[in-house]
Amino acid sequence: MNTTTRTAVPVGFLLQLADTSLILGQRLSEWCGHGPILEEDIALTNTALDYIGQSTNLYKQAALLDGRGQDEDDMAFHRDAWDFRNCLIAELPNGDYGFTITRQFLYSAWYYLYLQQLRQSPDEFLSGFAEKSIKEVRYHLQHSSDWVKRLGDGTPESHERMAHALAEIWPFTGEWFTPAETELEAIRLGSAPDPVPLRKEWRNLVESVLSEATLTIPEDGFMHLGGKEGRHTEYLGYMLADMQFLQRAYPGAKW
Amino acid sequence: MISEQDIWNILSEVPDPEIPVLNVVEMGIVRAVSVAGPRVEVTITPTYSGCPAMKTIEEDILEVLREKHIGDYEVKTVLSPAWTTDWMTDAAREKLRQTGIAPPERESADKALLLGRVRTIACPRCSSVHTHMISQFGSTACKALYKCDDCLEPFDYFKCI
Repeated sequence: MNTTTRTAVPVGFLLQLADTSLILGQRLSEWCGHGPILEEDIALTNTALDYIGQSTNLYKQAALLDGRGQDEDDMAFHRDAWDFRNCLIAELPNGDYGFTITRQFLYSAWYYLYLQQLRQSPDEFLSGFAEKSIKEVRYHLQHSSDWVKRLGDGTPESHERMAHALAEIWPFTGEWFTPAETELEAIRLGSAPDPVPLRKEWRNLVESVLSEATLTIPEDGFMHLGGKEGRHTEYLGYMLADMQFLQRAYPGAKW
Repeated sequence: MISEQDIWNILSEVPDPEIPVLNVVEMGIVRAVSVAGPRVEVTITPTYSGCPAMKTIEEDILEVLREKHIGDYEVKTVLSPAWTTDWMTDAAREKLRQTGIAPPERESADKALLLGRVRTIACPRCSSVHTHMISQFGSTACKALYKCDDCLEPFDYFKCI
């Protein structure tokens, strides 16, 4: 392994990717046993598993570069809300099924395009990670697109719920296209892609599915930012309390 | 003196925990074996990032190496090149079919998926191509759930990635 290309990746940038995957995976796993139908219960938890697996790979690398002898579990369970660098959209409560699917769709479309760029990274780990993850995200995008069409172009009730979800979630989509400090550093170092030029392509991709779903793509207005710099909504603390309790109470517990 | 081929043979005895008709070599999970003197190094790669079987696979490999009295060994995990269903042999595909799992299609970088085109998957029981997808996600991360419209049996399809 070439160590010179590896060290050009700021740990904070890896955490941004890892935390977003972990938190979204944790949110999705809340659907376990609560899905509207059995197949969807399985689909959402399988997707959660992919995200959590991806976060494990990223945390391992972050721990390695950090060099303080931590492992992926330390990264996930022994940091507090202000240390987390996930995008705010990941920590929003699941809402109804339409809300969860709308978030999945907007996120998967973004992540799919982003991973395609990340795959070109000269950093061996990042390109390998992207190459692996993109195969999974392609299925997430396909799955959520299908449901956006089905629910958007469904009953008046399902249409209305989808339109509502879209309006609620949209102000959280700008964060992807607004690089945080550590991300800017990764871009300067050449290890991460600039997300800004992806906005147009993302909008086109989203619009093509939404129009089939008889939904109108919202205009960009005020966008919530700050997650990538550790400023979170009140929801994250409650999530972490739930997720981290056992390792906080019994550090290093295994079973 | 143990050879690399001996190690491959030993690893061919380790079944995939979730699809036990296939072993970890047929699955394409074992990527490399190297033997340097007494030291054996096995490189594996996950099918999916979050595949819960990986830990078991690693432990099963370690156990079989211990059983064969290999003293100095290591199992490494790599992400790249990313696992693809294209690495499955024809024999492995046939075993899947016989166990009731439709084998993955050949084309792994499948653009049709993104465009929403429906692929034709043959029923592993009656070979009918009149089938439809019930869910993109099935009993494990690597499978989707289908149903045959002729024999009416539901079946797993091993997704190509």
